[in-house]
Amino acid sequence: MAAWVSAGGYCLLSPIRGRLRAGRAAVLAWRVPLRAAGTGPVYDVVVSGGGMVGSAMAAALGHDVHFREKKILLLEAGPRKASGRLPESYSNRVSSISPGSATLLSSFGAWDHVCSLRFKPFRRMQVWDACSEAMIIFDKDNLEDMGYVVENDVIISALTKQLDAVSDRVEVLYRSRAVGYTWPLTCHLSDTSPWVKIDLTDGRRLETKLLIGADGQNSMVRKAAGIQNIHYQYDQSAVVATLHLSEATDNNVAWQRFLPSGPIALLPLSDTASSLVWSTSHEHAAQLLSMDEESFVDTINSAFWSNLHHSDFIDTAGSVFRSAISFLMPSGTAARQLPPSIARVEPKSRAVFPLGMGHATEYVRHRMALIGDAAHRVHPLAGQGVNMGFGDIACLTHHLSTAAFNGKDLGSIKHLLQFETERQRHNLSLMAAIDLLKRLYSTSVAPFVLLRTWGLQTTNALSPVKEQIMSFASK
Amino acid sequence: MWGCGGLGRAARALVGPRGRSSGTGPPGRRLGAVAGDHYGPAFQRGPGGFSENDSWKMQLTSNSTRFVHLTEMKSSMSAMKRLYSTSHTTVDSKEMNKFQLLAHRWWDEQGEYSTLHSLNDIRVPFIRDTLLNMSSDHQLGSPLSGVKILDVGCGGGLLSEPLGRLGASVTGIDPLEDNIRTAEQHKSFDPVLAKRIQYKPCSLEDIVEETTETFDVIVASEVVEHVADLEMFIKYCYQVLKPEGSLFITTINKTQLSYILGIVVAERIMGIVPEGTHDWEKFISPEELECLLDSNGFLVKTVNGMSYNPLSGSWSWTESTSINYAVHAMKCRVKEQSSSREPPSETDKEEHPAEASASTTV
Repeated sequence: MAAWVSAGGYCLLSPIRGRLRAGRAAVLAWRVPLRAAGTGPVYDVVVSGGGMVGSAMAAALGHDVHFREKKILLLEAGPRKASGRLPESYSNRVSSISPGSATLLSSFGAWDHVCSLRFKPFRRMQVWDACSEAMIIFDKDNLEDMGYVVENDVIISALTKQLDAVSDRVEVLYRSRAVGYTWPLTCHLSDTSPWVKIDLTDGRRLETKLLIGADGQNSMVRKAAGIQNIHYQYDQSAVVATLHLSEATDNNVAWQRFLPSGPIALLPLSDTASSLVWSTSHEHAAQLLSMDEESFVDTINSAFWSNLHHSDFIDTAGSVFRSAISFLMPSGTAARQLPPSIARVEPKSRAVFPLGMGHATEYVRHRMALIGDAAHRVHPLAGQGVNMGFGDIACLTHHLSTAAFNGKDLGSIKHLLQFETERQRHNLSLMAAIDLLKRLYSTSVAPFVLLRTWGLQTTNALSPVKEQIMSFASK
Repeated sequence: MWGCGGLGRAARALVGPRGRSSGTGPPGRRLGAVAGDHYGPAFQRGPGGFSENDSWKMQLTSNSTRFVHLTEMKSSMSAMKRLYSTSHTTVDSKEMNKFQLLAHRWWDEQGEYSTLHSLNDIRVPFIRDTLLNMSSDHQLGSPLSGVKILDVGCGGGLLSEPLGRLGASVTGIDPLEDNIRTAEQHKSFDPVLAKRIQYKPCSLEDIVEETTETFDVIVASEVVEHVADLEMFIKYCYQVLKPEGSLFITTINKTQLSYILGIVVAERIMGIVPEGTHDWEKFISPEELECLLDSNGFLVKTVNGMSYNPLSGSWSWTESTSINYAVHAMKCRVKEQSSSREPPSETDKEEHPAEASASTTV
């Protein structure tokens, strides 16, 4: 098994030599009878990983008109989440859903379920620096929604409903995990099966024309394919929690402040509740997790309000620069708002997870594609993680749908490469920007602070630039 | 650009290594072979068509004798004799050997047949959209379901499979047993296609009797330029088509440009195609083809030019039919209609039915 996998990987890594070997093997095997009996069922598409991205991928394909006659399988290691009634309290794992992602979810009916369950739109984003007065405000002219804060459980629940709606096309196997993947030879020459073979823990063996790896940052599909993943851990962990506000407000602003230890973000959940994502050093994260609730709340409030990290020099330089801008562009800057104060934290809602970034050097191989965190992992500071995954789905679904309508082999590398090119172009630039921001804001050294202060102030004053950023990030 | 049909066929006629698609020999050296995808009489071109034969022999021997299965060769040869009993060509064992190697290469998308694989990007939508426009309703996800298609000169099944995936029941015929074997084997792994497609190692005339008025559609892609008696071929097509059935043909024009690009540039200068692969005399102009179709009971509905971009490796529709072109003709209900010989007026011609979809689906 392992030998097979590595042989396949080898073949894929060095196509020319692989093909040479394949050619010889094929010719030698020419007289072997056609198909070995007793092989497992053949699916058109198998999606490995039933998280938000994997489930959405399966649901998107299941609802595509050109996939009416196709057989799709979703493999999920965990149990089926009971799609009963939502718990009263908010989950601490939430996602900021961009309008582009919402469009994808509504294209196959899942967004309606999200809306009927629980979500909170936000119309404004205020990002500011703890070391200076610099800030940037994103909003749309007519107060359109800039994004939506949705609990991950709500998204999963909506997707499960939409998967149930196409159960004749999409089969979902819960509590099942692949133990091995056998890759076909790049070019089909011989009488060996041209499909990807998947061995499950229960001993079953499946075959698929296309395997989509949506199995997260530690993607087994990616490893089995031998695709290199460039990754590193940030010296930060993220602390998440559900917070209750001191008083009810419109609560339609997403707040983020860059502290020298990392960004702290407050995402609205309702008029009285918000979700915290605080990226900070591992030690500080551990402290935050262990301190009593009252001091936790105090720490959060002071993180948003304190001017401890300000220095007179930066403040002066910043305000001079700001007045220069407002002299040049009188209407260029919007008023600064103050974040709501936090009254208490939802008991047992605090959790911590490590942060890192990673990027697969290839998203596709013959009969295989990676989407979501399996292909790219980012810092949560821009709230882009799941949106990049949903962007992958929209793009891959488009290419696969076209391929199906043209009667093509779904696993053909041709259209998969188009997907890869399109998505890498988008994802890489976004990842580079996020990583740069993370690094630029992880310091309180004066020159860098001054640089980012002026940079942020300039960007804030230039509406076209802001619009570009918004439109790119809302895809 | 340069006689892409030619290129396509040349690709088919090419065995062995070119650049990265190399299989069994040093790069740069070429092996020629009879284009297997074609309707039988292609072989009547005679030995002149394979003038490089001698120079290939050594390479063939060194590279491929170890793969030869004598029994198989013999059976193929006897099949060839049966099929081409009227042919004066004696097919030697070296040729068979080449076919056998060639037959394996059909499904390598980046290999010798890459031009044919990419030709699917426009010929499948062309067939699909033409048929969809003619029918009132279709099943979503399976737009060609219920349509009976005959793929003449199916080769390795490159076109039969996509049509089968679209729901059609396809019969693919090819005189070369090795091609049929490859096609058969390739589809056998797909449970859906295994049911929808059947392949037969035979030529069109072999099945005319038993399949009179059987098919809704005949596809002859990159085939007619190799047919010895084109009029006979068209008459057979007429016979096996149901009334108002459709005939789709893609081929290469007989113009100076196709001579220059398809033969001079592709064969002699760039060496993409083995010299002698193409017989320009056998190429046919759209006017000539239209005329033949017209006088044999067909109504020509569409003639579209196709062009190949060798840099991007992709095909597109074009106004000009000066090199490659695609024809859609319909069998008239009553053959007598054709005797009036009304040339199809311009308004009858659909304007690139597949073009819109081709561009939107990129």
